[in-house]
Amino acid sequence: MPRDDVPDNRGYFGAYGGSFVAETLVSALEDLKNEYQRARADEQFMAEFRHELKHYVGRPSPVFHARRWSDALGGAQIYLKREDLNHTGAHKINSAMGQALLARRMGKKKVIAETGAGQHGVATATVAARFGMECVIYMGADDIARQSPNVFRMKLLGARVQAVTSGSRTLKDALNEAMRDWVTNVNSTFYILGTAAGPHPYPMLVRDFQAVIGEECLWQMPELAGRQPDVVIACVGGGSNAIGIFHSYLAHPSVRLIGVEAGGKGLGTGQHAAPLASGASAGVLHGFRSYLMQDADGQVLETHSVSAGLDYPGVGPEHAWLKDSHRAEYVAINDDEALQAFHDLCRFEGIIPALESSHALAQAAKMAPQMDKDAILLVNLSGRGDKDINTVAQLAGISLS
Amino acid sequence: MSRIQQTFSRLKTQQRVALIPYVTAGDPDPQLTVPIMHALVSAGADMIELGVPFSDPMADGPAIQRASERALLHGVNLKWVLALVAEFRTSNATTPVVLMGYLNPVSHMGYQVFAEQAKNAGVDGVLLVDNPPEEHIAKVFKPYGLDSIFLVSPTTTETRMQLIASQASGFIYYVSLKGVTGSSSLNLDEVAQRIPLIRAAGKDLPVGVGFGIRDAQTAAAIGKFADAVVIGSRIVEEIERSSREAVLDNVQRWVAEVRKALDAQI
Ligand SMILES: Cc1ncc(COP(=O)(O)O)c(C=O)c1O
Repeated sequence: MPRDDVPDNRGYFGAYGGSFVAETLVSALEDLKNEYQRARADEQFMAEFRHELKHYVGRPSPVFHARRWSDALGGAQIYLKREDLNHTGAHKINSAMGQALLARRMGKKKVIAETGAGQHGVATATVAARFGMECVIYMGADDIARQSPNVFRMKLLGARVQAVTSGSRTLKDALNEAMRDWVTNVNSTFYILGTAAGPHPYPMLVRDFQAVIGEECLWQMPELAGRQPDVVIACVGGGSNAIGIFHSYLAHPSVRLIGVEAGGKGLGTGQHAAPLASGASAGVLHGFRSYLMQDADGQVLETHSVSAGLDYPGVGPEHAWLKDSHRAEYVAINDDEALQAFHDLCRFEGIIPALESSHALAQAAKMAPQMDKDAILLVNLSGRGDKDINTVAQLAGISLS
Repeated sequence: MSRIQQTFSRLKTQQRVALIPYVTAGDPDPQLTVPIMHALVSAGADMIELGVPFSDPMADGPAIQRASERALLHGVNLKWVLALVAEFRTSNATTPVVLMGYLNPVSHMGYQVFAEQAKNAGVDGVLLVDNPPEEHIAKVFKPYGLDSIFLVSPTTTETRMQLIASQASGFIYYVSLKGVTGSSSLNLDEVAQRIPLIRAAGKDLPVGVGFGIRDAQTAAAIGKFADAVVIGSRIVEEIERSSREAVLDNVQRWVAEVRKALDAQI
């Protein structure tokens, strides 16, 4: 079942998704949906997208057999999809590129984006520079403090970084602020959304642009490992890298799909960012219905994760739907476990992973020892960890300055 | 006839424009909400828009965001807001109250449960900013006698206008600018052009205009062609900068001035 039949034309994946926005944005979303449909059917547009991915982003990204780490764990073979090797260092550029091409096609001169870890902000600032567009990035004040290298990168690329001090001062508030900018400047501005969430058509178009990850794995795995993996593992913030690698494997029912949310200090503490794994109820935030961390009054809860990119109380609607239909499983990995996997990958394979991706790695490290040596785990290494060295040093009590 | 309809038909015979102030329930604290509502009425408000605080007020500017945060610090939830309306109703049976807010607290309570409790509390209408007509919530509210207020914006197409009109009751709320609450780039000519079109599509439902009205003069100018003016952020700012002791007087004085300007043009 390759699921290009979801979402339906109102943006629903089963009971999730839709478009819950203030009236002013409705026509802009309608325009975006129509233009995207035309672009997708336009061979020239798709060829340009592929060309940019190949020559600018550096795709295909390799798959790598993490042999030393697998041996040390003593079980299944772990393969890594190296999205960290993309230009700008994460999967975010795939979708930022696709959306920037759409923005240009629609004649928009300015792009805006929200960012948590700063990876999507950097990717957006990068494509804005590439196409000569004005760029404003909204980022929570707390995230600016913990991801300072990325803030400087965005500025180098010519973007204006706007600190968001409302609410919990993290990703969800940056998204609120980006929406406010968009509603005010809707005619001139294209909103490059960073994850497979938001109002229709964003969850669909972000998925489609990220689907290249799984499409490549589909031919790379037989080439390198002789067959498809038994399990595909990806971290889930809003869900874009996960849906990107899952999408092609939906048609392979024997491949287990596991999404890894941020368990923070532990699901029992309430200090986490794991709406799916913690069994949160459904709600509406940021223009779509999905599982949502909220209190008894329907107020959105503050979240906690060591990784800014996973620090989000909601989750893209397609993941909610995949959870309900049991096609994918969702688990949580705590801060400590993620940090352990971070260090292990540095030492065993010479790869510094993003803290977000380290959650997926930690899940693989948990499963591998219990599995046969010829079992195959494919982990989406969604980004590199250079941006996180301050956070990791701080946690280890080391000052870098 | 709903309380909102009654209000508009009375104003129509008097050839007056409805003045609809907005305040956030629980701001600056829940003890002051009902006194502020009464002060608004005695200053000449014809209807009150009462904001339901929400953690993520995506369509609001800084003033109403801060009001929401203040109210949430006091733990004001949807149930409490309904209790405040019920308290207001013990001494005011005529002024319509419209709840304005976001979908999630309402959908979390459950639409039916909310509708029943809202009706019992004395709520007259509901405006959920992020709930589009495609979700057909008006159907749920109607049996409880709750009016569904919808936003129309400068970017609303004609076909969509029809869809909104088919579900709207009470009045239609024209967002006079592209932006969040509290902005100030209102285009009078644009408003003047749009209102007759909205009225026609809405089969003569009254049309209120809001977002971006910050002074008596603008209110009066809008009042020349609208059935109602809604003023939010400016009043919320008045509340924010007033001491506890002065807040009722200050709000009353400011709103009374707008009333005067609106009535001066009869
Ligand atoms: C490297 C990396 N991985 C994962 C994520 C989480 O986002 P998503 O769930 O959309 O892939 C982020 C977000 O900032 C990121 O930077």
